[in-house]
Amino acid sequence: MTPFDRGAEWNVNQQSQITPKNGATPKIRLRGLRKAFGDKVVLDGVDLDVRAGHSMVILGGSGSGKSVTIKCILGLIEPDSGLIEIDGRDVAKLSPDERAAILDRTGMLFQNGALFDSLPVWENVCFKLLAQRRITRAAARDRAAEVLEQVGLAASVGDLSPSELSGGMQKRVALARAIAAQPDIIFFDEPTTGLDPIMGAVIDGLIVDCVKRLGATAFSITHDMASARRIGDDAAMIHKGKIVWSGPASSLGETGNEMVDQFARGEREGPIQMELRK
Amino acid sequence: MTRFLDFLALTGRGLISTCRTLGGVSLFALAGASHVVRPRFPFRQFWRHFVEIGYFSLAVVALTALFTGMVLALQSFTGFSRFNAESAIASVVVLSVTRELGPVLAGLMVAGRIGAAMAAEIGTMRVTDQIDALTTLSTDPMRYLVAPRLLAATLAMPLLVVVADILGVFGGFLIGTVKLGFVPQLYLMRTFDVLQTMDVVSGLVKAAVFGFLIALMGTWCGYNSKGGAQGVGQATTRAVVASSILILALDYVVTEAFFSR
Repeated sequence: MTPFDRGAEWNVNQQSQITPKNGATPKIRLRGLRKAFGDKVVLDGVDLDVRAGHSMVILGGSGSGKSVTIKCILGLIEPDSGLIEIDGRDVAKLSPDERAAILDRTGMLFQNGALFDSLPVWENVCFKLLAQRRITRAAARDRAAEVLEQVGLAASVGDLSPSELSGGMQKRVALARAIAAQPDIIFFDEPTTGLDPIMGAVIDGLIVDCVKRLGATAFSITHDMASARRIGDDAAMIHKGKIVWSGPASSLGETGNEMVDQFARGEREGPIQMELRK
Repeated sequence: MTRFLDFLALTGRGLISTCRTLGGVSLFALAGASHVVRPRFPFRQFWRHFVEIGYFSLAVVALTALFTGMVLALQSFTGFSRFNAESAIASVVVLSVTRELGPVLAGLMVAGRIGAAMAAEIGTMRVTDQIDALTTLSTDPMRYLVAPRLLAATLAMPLLVVVADILGVFGGFLIGTVKLGFVPQLYLMRTFDVLQTMDVVSGLVKAAVFGFLIALMGTWCGYNSKGGAQGVGQATTRAVVASSILILALDYVVTEAFFSR
């Protein structure tokens, strides 16, 4: 059974969108999402559904709007217009407390880790639990050791400073921090960027394991095709601020969509033309 | 006519930009300060910054105050001796140090040391997504980063100024008695005869205001930094320059409030 088989209650139309069947509510639903910075339109009407318990990967080149999409969903950037629903609730209509409650249930792995330099690794890992006062400092050390072990790091790493870690170890710690509070939605911002292929595969494997163990919904953005195939159940491609294709991640490279296939093969010639300067 | 319109447009843009910055800083200060009295204030962070500002700035503030008191006594002597007013040296030193030089020089020293460090640390957090990470970790950056720094600087600066006052007066005493030949008891008597509670209190109020300003400028400039290393560098420079100018400007305002008749 492929990961995509789990979405039997959904219709999959490879030329357009993965759409719900039988009225199933998507975990995350985006409709007409728009965002511009001055004259530069970054998101130009993004429509997307992310199925609960599944892993969605957004592909796209640099500057295509991937990171802005994730930041809009997390509330780090206010979109100019459009709808963002989480569990069927329009986040724009939520009170600050309700928004905070949603953030309490989410985890995020940033592209560069974004670990706090001033804190040791164990405090980074359990930061959310400590901030929410769900755990004592003594218990947090134990919990950090447990989560670090899940991402393949020794408990002794917890006493180190983030600056003492290699890039791969920092990614693992960032992953540990993202999952420590057992979120039900996890966002991954280019999780393998800057890593060698083997370490990238290791991180992807950890992501898949962690997401499965938690039964969480995963939302990843990447331009690494191998990573997208490894961690994704579903995939979508964003280009010039619009979703131009969505479908099963397993079909990447043979989607029949010229843009996706050009991107997957990394070809210079094709419908996607690199804008050197704008 | 076109030049005149261009001039008007330029002036208008400058005015709007100034108003926007002033409004932004005011709202930022209110949001940060409000977290001091709201639940879940991060006391651990507060204590860390209090020690950093209060304890680790002691040496630089102490040395500045000591040498300032010494120079003040020496300069006063060479100046006042022209019209036989050497006996006023003790009074001049103690009033200058407690009312003005203690808080202002301590403020400028702390602005250079702490304001720059705050802007650099928060600026680096901004450009490396650490501030966004705080939000995703259910932590309000204003509560975690800004409020403890504002409170720590506001409380630590008066303590530093107490030390600066004592060492500044001691510097004057040292030069007065060792180099200029004043009788120690007489020098001290003249010092305490002229000193009033309001002289010290006004200096401490200034110190608290300056502490708040230093932390406000440091956090504001860091929080709004953009770009990479260059942006952080610019934020650091802005924080030190802005807090230094504001210290001197507000020094006048507080002096006016305390001593104008």
